Amino acid sequence: MKKTQLALLIGIAACIGVLLSFMKTTSTYDTIDTARKKPGQFVHVMAKLDKSQPIQYDALNNPNYLQFSAVDSLGARMVVQYNNAKPENLEMSDRLVLKGRYRDSVFLCQEIQTKCPSKYKEEEAKGMKHPGEVPLPNTQP
Amino acid sequence: MYLGEWSWAGQIGHLSAIVSLVAAALASVAYANSNPFTLAPDQTIWKRIGRISFYVQTGAVLLIFFLLLYLIHQHRFEYHYVWKHSSKSLEFKYLLASIWEGQEGSFLLWLLMQGVLGLILIRTAKIWESPVMSIVSFAQFCLSTMIIGLSIFGWKLGSSPFLLLRDSGVLDGAPALHLDFDTSQPLIPNYLEKITDGNDLNPLLQNYWMVIHPPVLFLGFASTLIPFAFALAGVIHRRYTEWVKPVQPWALFSTAVLGVGIMMGGMWAYESLTFGGYWAWDPVENASLVPWLIGVAGLHTLLIYRHSGQALMSTIVFFVLTFGFILYSTFLTRSGILGETSVHAFTGSGMNIQLLALIAAFLLPAAVWIGLRYREIPKGQTEENLSAREFWMYIGSLLFFLSAVLIIGQTSLPVFNKIFGTTIAPPEDVEFSYNSVQVYIAIFLALLTAVTYYLKYKQTAPALFWKRLLIPLGISVVLAVGFVLFIGIEYTAKGPGFQAALWVSAICSLFSVVANASYIWIGIKGNLGKSGGAIAHVGFALTLLGIVVTSSNKQVISQNNNGFATPLGEGENPRENLTLVQGVPAEMGGYTLTYEKDSTHPKKKLWFYQVRFKSKDGKEEFVLLPNAFVNYKGNKGLMANPDAKHYWDHDVFTYVTSLPDPEAKEDTTSFRRETVQAGDTIYYGKGFITVGDPRRIDNVPEELFGKGGRVVELPVRVNRRTGESVSLTLKSAWARNQWMPLADTLQADGMILQLQEQQADGGLIVGVKESDTLLKYVTLKAFHYPYIRFLWFGIWLTAAGLLISTRRRMLQWLQETKP
Repeated sequence: MKKTQLALLIGIAACIGVLLSFMKTTSTYDTIDTARKKPGQFVHVMAKLDKSQPIQYDALNNPNYLQFSAVDSLGARMVVQYNNAKPENLEMSDRLVLKGRYRDSVFLCQEIQTKCPSKYKEEEAKGMKHPGEVPLPNTQP
Repeated sequence: MYLGEWSWAGQIGHLSAIVSLVAAALASVAYANSNPFTLAPDQTIWKRIGRISFYVQTGAVLLIFFLLLYLIHQHRFEYHYVWKHSSKSLEFKYLLASIWEGQEGSFLLWLLMQGVLGLILIRTAKIWESPVMSIVSFAQFCLSTMIIGLSIFGWKLGSSPFLLLRDSGVLDGAPALHLDFDTSQPLIPNYLEKITDGNDLNPLLQNYWMVIHPPVLFLGFASTLIPFAFALAGVIHRRYTEWVKPVQPWALFSTAVLGVGIMMGGMWAYESLTFGGYWAWDPVENASLVPWLIGVAGLHTLLIYRHSGQALMSTIVFFVLTFGFILYSTFLTRSGILGETSVHAFTGSGMNIQLLALIAAFLLPAAVWIGLRYREIPKGQTEENLSAREFWMYIGSLLFFLSAVLIIGQTSLPVFNKIFGTTIAPPEDVEFSYNSVQVYIAIFLALLTAVTYYLKYKQTAPALFWKRLLIPLGISVVLAVGFVLFIGIEYTAKGPGFQAALWVSAICSLFSVVANASYIWIGIKGNLGKSGGAIAHVGFALTLLGIVVTSSNKQVISQNNNGFATPLGEGENPRENLTLVQGVPAEMGGYTLTYEKDSTHPKKKLWFYQVRFKSKDGKEEFVLLPNAFVNYKGNKGLMANPDAKHYWDHDVFTYVTSLPDPEAKEDTTSFRRETVQAGDTIYYGKGFITVGDPRRIDNVPEELFGKGGRVVELPVRVNRRTGESVSLTLKSAWARNQWMPLADTLQADGMILQLQEQQADGGLIVGVKESDTLLKYVTLKAFHYPYIRFLWFGIWLTAAGLLISTRRRMLQWLQETKP
């Protein structure tokens, strides 16, 4: 066997090894209920901002403390705590990907991804759901 | 039927798109019929038809491009694309950025770049013109289908940039634009008068890098087609070895331009996005890096083949895969499949099948041809010598390929989920999942690039190798000691193993910089025209060094909490945000920061926050203007743009993360009246106020104050709980028989004090009002980036080296083929 072929084989083996160990470090997408069932484990939770509850964020007192309530599509709710600044478009987001751990009845969030309606073409095509999409005149006759 | 529409523009546009499609198909077929290797009598006629068709096609694309630019410039909002991606307030320089913000426009840009490269090929490819241009024209045909916007049997083919706004569905839900205010009725004839402005370019893209980054990146995308076309043309025409000379300048050019394009994306991210860096292993970034890595592998195996006759098959495969992965990245970023895993705002366009077909249209024929001709493709038979340059170059190429496979494997997790119906999420620390692997590849690559030039093709005498490497090794040791003593690697978050790997990769990169720079004198005797490769290697090693040192030693300097020292809980994020109250200096990471004032953009809701940085050692003092779009276009929230101060050896970088909402809070608090005497104390939220002796001034002009007019001054001292105190003098005037207090505001405490009146018995009434709305503050994050300039410089140097070699190889080819 040629040395280069040997190197190629080693390379393939290394690739498989690395990708397998990568798969071991991956996490899961969860609902609020299933996240509750694995406390302390890092998960991705898809949810929405629960607008019936106030958002706690006071940058003057502590710019690194945000607390709000999230609700998922099954209707489950949880308190989310995030030790960082409030994401820029939290209120106008229509979906949130919350990455973190559920622990002691609070979801300790490490990262929040906000998904805004404007990014979704289907929704946009239905009309001007997204505020500011088109400056239309007053609809009063 | 509808008033004021420029329907002619759309008609020209649609027609041009069809011309582009048909002419590309014709060019591809005509060129394919012109086989230069058979000397068939009609081949020159076919070649002529091919050329003319290609010119027509490029002309049509140019026409579409400038028509669209003109429509954007004229604010023709009857076109959906114009309405969606631009507005009247947009500066002229960003009109171009509007063109390529959307899917259709970026395909158009790609077409344009491929067209320009095609024109160059017609002039330089000589005997290879027909076979290569046939494939280039086929690619133009495929890309043209992306902007054609036809509906065939209910199947949508492409998406046209000339779609009318009224056909796009956007207006369907607006009663005011329909007859009788009924959305089931047609639009009113003068609907266009009511569309007063467009949706605008995404504010984050309103940045000069967005004017320059996409054209360079798409030129890079387009350029990867050329080595693919040469390799495939060689296989199809059974000319397995002759294409390697003309392809060389193209492979070099492609690596240079694609590399610079990717880096410009990083610079844009660094300067206008707020993830605090230039690279986040985001799927969109990875998808464009992977073809670059494979292209570099192909570039090196090509050299191996030219010098030793080995690795031809690898070269073909690498060039095919480079373009293949460009197509795959197009699929990843435009199909919407990345969904949750990417921060980039790419949308699903409903063209997934077409995008998959695009990959298949190139990779399937390539695989079939290579499969059919596999036995005929020459393969090197000699056993490699361990002291031969080509062996270690091959190992290096394999490492590049390995790196690419690993990155794309990890990035393709959403695709894996889609195919197998699984719901696997990315790991907790996505960046580390890449870094922890790639750092080892970087170590090997740095070492290989350092020593390979000192090896000779076929065989190297060990004595000569060590003799020539002696000086660079010596210099490297000295520099490495300096690095260990004065710079070092501070990153410890992932344990000693990873930190050690970072140390080793930094020192190996340093060695590679020195070894390659020395080689320009030791090996090439200072001949710059021939040292393109060595220069590119110096740049590459410098880039690696920059990446490792910058990323490991990056510091969050806003880690502070205005005195609220709550202990960090387990697994909590470090407290990276700092709130600055206007006019109150705050300390952070070796700097004293003061938020001084803010200003606004004359046309847009763009605010600039002036923050003064003063280092404690007194060496640095500068003002940064991080800015943000606040409640832009009615979207609640802010979109922040960072600002940075650049020093030769580091950057200080800051951006706004939170602001008081100007609309949410109304000042509803009223004055609290406190009746006091001299010496009394008034308590307030952040401390207490001591009242001094009032002073009465009687000699005031009677014509202003009326009879008996006077002014009362009251010195007070505001004592904050933090221990500081501020002296103020409150004033009130008795004028024309009423008290007129002069309010005094204490910004920092969010408090207004006023002396409201002095009663007949001498009692003083002081009004105290505390309100958050008075407070102007910004919350920001700030970073210290050491040695980031080395990284940028390294990439420029890599590109410069590659372009020097491109020029040399192109001139060589043209010289050899001169009739």
